[in-house]
Amino acid sequence: MYIIVVGGGKVGYYLTKTLVNEGYEVFLIEKNPAKVQVYRDRFGAIVMQGDGAEVATLAAAGAGRADVVIAVTGDDEDNLVICQMARERFGVRRTIARVNNPKNEELFRKLGIDVTVSQTNVILSIIEQQIPERPFVHLMALRHADLAIVEAKVSEDSPVIHQPIWQIELPPEAIITAILRHGDLIIPTGQTVIEPGDELIIVTKQQREAELRELITGPAA
Amino acid sequence: MRILIVGCGRVGSRLATEFVAEGHRVSMVDQRQEAFRRLPDRFPGQLVLGTGIDEDVLRSAGIESADVFIAVTEDDNTNIMAAQIAQVIYRVPKVILRIYDPERAEVYRGLGLTVICPTRTVADMIEEQVRQDRPVRVSG
Repeated sequence: MYIIVVGGGKVGYYLTKTLVNEGYEVFLIEKNPAKVQVYRDRFGAIVMQGDGAEVATLAAAGAGRADVVIAVTGDDEDNLVICQMARERFGVRRTIARVNNPKNEELFRKLGIDVTVSQTNVILSIIEQQIPERPFVHLMALRHADLAIVEAKVSEDSPVIHQPIWQIELPPEAIITAILRHGDLIIPTGQTVIEPGDELIIVTKQQREAELRELITGPAA
Repeated sequence: MRILIVGCGRVGSRLATEFVAEGHRVSMVDQRQEAFRRLPDRFPGQLVLGTGIDEDVLRSAGIESADVFIAVTEDDNTNIMAAQIAQVIYRVPKVILRIYDPERAEVYRGLGLTVICPTRTVADMIEEQVRQDRPVRVSG
């Protein structure tokens, strides 16, 4: 697999280093000549100076045979254009963009970027998972069909406790896929009764999240 | 018409001046306050300080009700991203952008954007002048 990384900041540098160590064929494009010199000493000839949004640079890096192009510069507009040029001009099948402003994740997906990585959102979700008091946590968004996986902690005063699942009026596009109870994993059926302290793993349409939150944690105070 | 222009450089400020003279409602976006100095005194349009690739900035400049969106900052990629926000997210009826790099211009024209590429246009014009006025040199 041939991977082109564009942007030699900290993310690009460690990404290149890791991918090389994993045995991938990697090529790094960086604008700043001083950085290129330093990286050449470390990685050898797989580092090139240039603007990754330019056709000439991408061509010289062999974008025509690249399986993946990853744009991780500090500027979202550059990452977007690098990925779009790689796809439209060189037919690169998989493009990955780093998103510095989390608001751009949605836009990039709409514009055909296969994967977006937002450090801000990743860190935010890690923080949310680490705080045990939060009763309702968005674990991840599934790109297709706007699905999300959420985790809901059932408290003593939750409206759904002591009810079998079949009696709970879940939103039509939500399903309880697993329950964590005292550290055990339960795959629920309609007969499974919800108990206080349960952690519910729910797959839901993203637009149903608010409704679901209210159903399980009670109306907002 | 409501016209939103991103980039208050020579081109952007000139367009804004002409459009307001024709009675259009113009909003200007630029991330440098001093760029607005290029506009005439008592410019009647709206001035918004910020980057043209931030949806909040574009919304406060009225992108939701804009009839025309023009991206003419000095940075090709900023123009490309701003224009795609206008076209894909806000469905502005007319979106025009400047791209200096002819290769990029071609790709985004192919993606359905109205692209002006001054590099190509100027080169073509000069080439035409050269062909028309070719001096005749007789070598002896």
